[in-house]
Amino acid sequence: MSFVSRGFTGRRRAASPGRLPPGQYDVGDGFPVLSAGPTPRTSLDRWDFRVRGQVDEERRWSWAEFQRLPRESIVVDVHCVTSWSKFDTRWEGVSVDSLLADVVTAAEFVAAFSDGGYTTNLPLTDVTGGQAWVVDTYDGQPLTPEHGGPARLLVPHLYFWKSAKWVRGLELTLEDEPGFWESFGYHNYGDPWREQRYAGD
Amino acid sequence: MTDPDDAAQRRLDANAAAGPLAELFTVDLTVAMATCAGCGNTAPLAAHPLYAHAPALVVRCPNCAAVVLRFASGGCRLRLDMTGTRLLTVSLAGAA
Repeated sequence: MSFVSRGFTGRRRAASPGRLPPGQYDVGDGFPVLSAGPTPRTSLDRWDFRVRGQVDEERRWSWAEFQRLPRESIVVDVHCVTSWSKFDTRWEGVSVDSLLADVVTAAEFVAAFSDGGYTTNLPLTDVTGGQAWVVDTYDGQPLTPEHGGPARLLVPHLYFWKSAKWVRGLELTLEDEPGFWESFGYHNYGDPWREQRYAGD
Repeated sequence: MTDPDDAAQRRLDANAAAGPLAELFTVDLTVAMATCAGCGNTAPLAAHPLYAHAPALVVRCPNCAAVVLRFASGGCRLRLDMTGTRLLTVSLAGAA
């Protein structure tokens, strides 16, 4: 009996079983809404996006200015720590690379902050290099408030709690500061392929 | 002045707190009064909004919406965060 299957390593994103991280199930057409608090309703004329903290100069974009930034379409699988995964989700938005393009910083970490007080922390190297976006469109439509609209972070290679809903900015920091779930015993990094759900996993 | 050796001898480890804490956690907490560490509002825990559709149970202040309590069971552990609770008051049964 053969116990080595050659050629499976490249099929993770092509075939259904291989694209599901350990302990996850395919939610199919559903898109569960998880909320740890009331859904913020920020009008677009009061919305802005900031890059602050350990930066040479704070950056701020109004909604209109944000809309003029270079936009990208993204099709990715997302994985929630509560064990559902959703394949081929379609988003549009601005890459974090664009938002940080001219920023001079010594920071190694970033904290995303949101309306409603939510925060999540990530290594700076995980939101750059084409790995993270601030998205305002889902499946061709403006992102609804229950899914994080007007805009949410999208970091699909980590558990979905890192993709902060209602995001309003990024704080660049020298020290890693645990966010809302990270300070409650969830894994500081949250790689679904290594099943990093809880601290110590 | 306290003799430091005497103080060290009188110090207990936290196992000694398990008995008293068991009294607290066997009562019905829904009748407890919780005071928000953020705004100081006091209300019955049962009157606090609970967000259960999240990775943990998230209880928020009915006045300022700050997180008062988080509780979860997962990864073979129970987790309780009461950073947002300044005071929890439980009336003892029979103490009229």
